[in-house]
Amino acid sequence: MPIDWTEYQPGEFYDELFAAPGNARPAAEHLTGYLASLGQRELAERQGDAERAIAEMGITFTVYTEGQNIDRAWPFDVIPRTIEAQEWARIERGLVQRLKALNHFIDDLYHDRRIIADGVVPEDIIATSANFLEACVGANPPYGVWANICGTDLVRDKDGTVYVLEDNLRVPSGVSYMLENRIITKQVFPEMFEHASILPVDDYASQLFDMLASLSPRKLDFPRVVVLTPGIYNSAYFEHSYLAQRMGVDLVEGSDLVVADDQCVYVRTIRGLERVDVIYRRVNDTFLDPECFDKDSVLGVPGLMRAWRAQTVALANAPGAGVADDKVVYAYVPKIIEYYLHESAILPNVPTRLLRDEQSRKHVLGDLTKWVVKPANESGGYGMLIGPRSTPEERAAMVAAVEANPRNYIAQPVLALSTAPTLVQQEIEPRHLDLRPFILQGERIWVTPGGLTRVALRRGSLVVNSSQGGGSKDTWVVAVDP
Amino acid sequence: MSLLSRVAERIYWSARYLERAETTSRLARVYGNLLLDLPRQAGLKWDLLIRITGCAERYRDLHPSPGADTAERFFVADRNNASSVRSSLAHARESIRTTRDIVPSEAWRSINELCMHVNQELDAETSHRRRYGIHSTVVEGCQQISGLLADTMSHDSGYQFFRIGRGMERADMTTRIIDVAAATLLGRDDLARFDNTLWMAVLQSLSAYQMYRQKIRRRIFGPDVIGYLLKDEQFPRAISFSLRELGGALALLPRNAGPHKKLGDLRRMLATLDVGRLDIPALHQWIDDVQLAFGELHRLIHHTWFEPSTSAAGPSPVVAPAQDQGSAQRQGQTPGSTPGSTVGSTVGSTLASDPGVRPQIGAKV
Repeated sequence: MPIDWTEYQPGEFYDELFAAPGNARPAAEHLTGYLASLGQRELAERQGDAERAIAEMGITFTVYTEGQNIDRAWPFDVIPRTIEAQEWARIERGLVQRLKALNHFIDDLYHDRRIIADGVVPEDIIATSANFLEACVGANPPYGVWANICGTDLVRDKDGTVYVLEDNLRVPSGVSYMLENRIITKQVFPEMFEHASILPVDDYASQLFDMLASLSPRKLDFPRVVVLTPGIYNSAYFEHSYLAQRMGVDLVEGSDLVVADDQCVYVRTIRGLERVDVIYRRVNDTFLDPECFDKDSVLGVPGLMRAWRAQTVALANAPGAGVADDKVVYAYVPKIIEYYLHESAILPNVPTRLLRDEQSRKHVLGDLTKWVVKPANESGGYGMLIGPRSTPEERAAMVAAVEANPRNYIAQPVLALSTAPTLVQQEIEPRHLDLRPFILQGERIWVTPGGLTRVALRRGSLVVNSSQGGGSKDTWVVAVDP
Repeated sequence: MSLLSRVAERIYWSARYLERAETTSRLARVYGNLLLDLPRQAGLKWDLLIRITGCAERYRDLHPSPGADTAERFFVADRNNASSVRSSLAHARESIRTTRDIVPSEAWRSINELCMHVNQELDAETSHRRRYGIHSTVVEGCQQISGLLADTMSHDSGYQFFRIGRGMERADMTTRIIDVAAATLLGRDDLARFDNTLWMAVLQSLSAYQMYRQKIRRRIFGPDVIGYLLKDEQFPRAISFSLRELGGALALLPRNAGPHKKLGDLRRMLATLDVGRLDIPALHQWIDDVQLAFGELHRLIHHTWFEPSTSAAGPSPVVAPAQDQGSAQRQGQTPGSTPGSTVGSTVGSTLASDPGVRPQIGAKV
């Protein structure tokens, strides 16, 4: 039975593929026509092929539940999400602008603090930020860049506006799934790629490697780059090993590295110790160095911060970069962009209320059902309250949490996230989604074409995190002939 | 750039577990057949195989009153038996999973598929016929992975650790099989009529039957079989061959003097052995000594390359000219002094070690 797209009803939401029922957006025309010709049953079969490929390729993520670590197959929806190349070009400019400004901001915070002196960002926000690291003051990472790898979360509201929801500047993950999603989609719909002009994503690993190599303190032809993982029990272990493999560099654990008396970092090899130049670390700041932060951490390397400050080794992202990844700081990003770049922000923020402000706090706590409340420093959707879906008990708990530590909370209006057709138990239904592009900044700056589209597989759900029942889709940036 | 110690260790163990899974499946397949061929009073049971893998004590602890299928399930499917086919594959998968950045990605796919398939089959209540099929799948799957690595992985130091792991496990398995077979079969007059069948089974469990017939052109005779499996220079699962293979791999690694010397001891032990003049206790004693020597070789390999070393790279004796990929880079990279810090091992690194600590064979027969 062919698919009848007029039956697909996204309702009040902005749909990424359809402007109106049966009326595909230009970037999705080819795709939706092709899917319709396949028919529902064939589509379901391709979904089955994709799921088998995922199981066989061992694409997993790890969930911690009930004290156990379970490797789950990566949930994937076979229907791609499309973005028009022209629209993408604008988003890309916005992302580049934003990361440049954030890196200026971080560098300023750890040096002269001009932005505070000039009264643009209040000092107490930085003073109380859990991610501001005293140990980083005065440090000079290469090119003055602190966040080398950034995963920015974008969402689209009912009227079609694309907003920045979050800047992930610590250890953002998901890029390996973006790459694998494309590999699987090519296997499942090879015909599509012959006819449409879809921007390729597969040079990410070489872009990443070049960026990392550009950070090497020794100017060698072949600097030694390693990926530092917390180990196999980390939810993103698959990604760590995937990226190491794709870049052809070693995947190391803390115990593989040692800092010698010469303040250089060495890796233990079958020949003895060998010098390391660049560490792409996927270990959180405070676990990096037990000498400096968490004394009990076995994930890190004693002395690593000394070596980094002595500039014998580069760390990406630089420790302390997370200070700009605080949801309170987020509210100031448009001002930060104006301050450092003298430009206005290309991509708007979601309107954000800081609950440290008494008036805002009264207003928001007065009726929590209208708001999404988020803690300033959590990721993965943890600790968040979605007002309209919350129970009175959850709201009461949130009121208490906010009153206890107002600095740590922000509130945003509930966005009507955009949707895209998604195959759910063999039926095509609209599901909400977001987009996480990845931006690399070293000597140069580069943005993935598209990114990782995450989709909330439960009907009506707005939570797209894979740890909380989200799935993902391949993302196509499609050039449309005028 | 030289191979990480931890990665070398995991590659070594992945080879050992793959080899263990394969040999265990071969044993199960051959004995499953053999039991059908022999009358009940021959007294041969799956317990014999459990003795070979050195898990008899654990088996008795876990299953004080075994049922008809218990021993076979323990040997093949039991997760509590670290040497079962299922556990060996799971350990191999885990080792490859954690060296995915080094090992060709097809190898990861293969082991992953193999594990999924075998687990499905083992979880289903299976008929005898299908059980037999599982073993073929395992043997073929392991062979496929070995072949894949041989043909798609650079034969650099990482690959040498794969060869070493495989050689060590083969030598270990072959000596165990000979030891138990000799103790069970030699001198048992009541089994004399089945002699031919039984020694054929021993050869088949090492896939040596056909090659043996081509080489030794006379009626199958126990001491001949033992001599062949120990001293044949051309058959890959014979001890002599394994030692040569190990020697070849060791020669390509840096800092190999210690392990190389121990390998020389093993070679001498084998060269001076006269199988024809041994009685069963003497053979048993000899195998015990050989197993101890292999244990010592393993310890030296571990000490030389795997143990997080705090010593810097520097000149150290190399017995044979090694493929020295890293010599140019090594110059001038020696840290000023020996770093004093030792880092506690992470949870992950314990995966590399052998959870199925197998007792020396002499300890329990």
